[in-house]
Amino acid sequence: MAKNHPEAAMSIKNLVVAKAGKDILRGISLHVGSGRVIGLLGPSGAGKTTLIRTIVGRQKPTSGTIAVMGRPAGSATLRKHIGYMTQGIAAYPDLTVAENLRYFATMTDTPRQRIEEVLAEVHMQAKAQQLVSTLSGGEQSRLSLGIALLAKAPFLVLDEPTVGVDPLLRQQLWELFSKLARSGTTLVISSHVMDEAERCDELVLIRDGQILAHETPQELKQRTGSRTVEESFLKLVKQS
Amino acid sequence: MSITKTIGTAHRVLNQLRHDHRTLALIILIPCILLIIFRFVFQNQQPMFQAIAPQFLGIFPLIIMFIVTSVAMLRERRSGTLDRLMTMPMSKTDFVFGYMLAFSFLALIQVVLACVVLLGFLDVPVAGSTVQVIVAALGAALLGTALGLFVSAFASSEFQAVQFMPAFVLPQLLLCGLFAPRTAMAQPLQWLANVLPMTYSVDAMKQTTQQVDWTGDFIRDIAIVGGFAIGVLALGALTIRRQE
Repeated sequence: MAKNHPEAAMSIKNLVVAKAGKDILRGISLHVGSGRVIGLLGPSGAGKTTLIRTIVGRQKPTSGTIAVMGRPAGSATLRKHIGYMTQGIAAYPDLTVAENLRYFATMTDTPRQRIEEVLAEVHMQAKAQQLVSTLSGGEQSRLSLGIALLAKAPFLVLDEPTVGVDPLLRQQLWELFSKLARSGTTLVISSHVMDEAERCDELVLIRDGQILAHETPQELKQRTGSRTVEESFLKLVKQS
Repeated sequence: MSITKTIGTAHRVLNQLRHDHRTLALIILIPCILLIIFRFVFQNQQPMFQAIAPQFLGIFPLIIMFIVTSVAMLRERRSGTLDRLMTMPMSKTDFVFGYMLAFSFLALIQVVLACVVLLGFLDVPVAGSTVQVIVAALGAALLGTALGLFVSAFASSEFQAVQFMPAFVLPQLLLCGLFAPRTAMAQPLQWLANVLPMTYSVDAMKQTTQQVDWTGDFIRDIAIVGGFAIGVLALGALTIRRQE
């Protein structure tokens, strides 16, 4: 198991989330230190998005507790400190890239000059005046990521941020994530692309609403005697 | 609540429409075109047209804003943008008032243009002031926005949202007194008409054609329409949930 950091960025205890009488998350406990990149991995339907929605306060826990930076998930003060990238695009297709960023900047009390920085961070300067509906899938998800980065929140929750992004840019985005973590930002990133997992500080493997493993990629591979995270994951699934 | 965020939201909604020229043209031109067609439907019955036409200004903004708002809100709910906004330091009031502000502004353009056609080109005399006509039409627009916002919570597809128009708005249209005087309807329908808001919106328009001044009846009608709109808007805000 990963080390417990003194200043926990997120602390989850026995979290259960039931939707329509079905338990989606079945007793999750997780402690995460700040300034770490946490990879949330698991097959689709494992409960990744539900966990993410609970972290950002959109989904109410059925039982158990979840605290982000010392405050219960969903509390009003947290809204200033969490950047959230949803799984869908969650931007206005009938507005330009710049208009979207301007609107979400106003909603997050972010100064205007930050917009230029964000455009550079997600490599979208050339597309600023383009309507979102005319962008490619990868460009749309970069805009969506950009919106989450606007407020420079110390806690970022990114649901599949690199879907449809080409390999070169994907590498640049992961470098950005590492840079943010070095400056103290905590990032929770869900993915089903296992090769991205190697770049995380800690991995959380989820299956059927439960945590299968929580450790560093190296620990995970050593423990399961595997060469890749993907192989480890398959071994763990077979064991359970 | 924050003025910056409310105005920011209104600005964003109008920006979306600015990029959508066709919708914008439909919203602004349809009432004018319908009024002109209506004028020639009553080719040889000019007094009849003059009596009825202004009442349409109590109906067009309501119907059009109802459809535009319910579809726009449904998109917000389904595209994930509302999801995202609800994790941001923004109040639901900012969101709802932002929409209201944007569509009221749009309704203002719509109504002013319809008034120009109605009073200027079609020679419909209005006893009251043009300001009264605009106030009554804005009330109707507000009501349409509020109803659209509210019903969008119960639609899970665009098909359903559009079908709410005949379900929620057409009965009001039949009972508001435009087609037959309310006193001539079956008693239960009269009771129903008395609790439906469009009745008062159309009634307020009728007042402007008959009364020279801001009569008690006109003010009462406007107050009912406004009160209804604010009540439904509050209910609509309740359907937006921070946490599910």
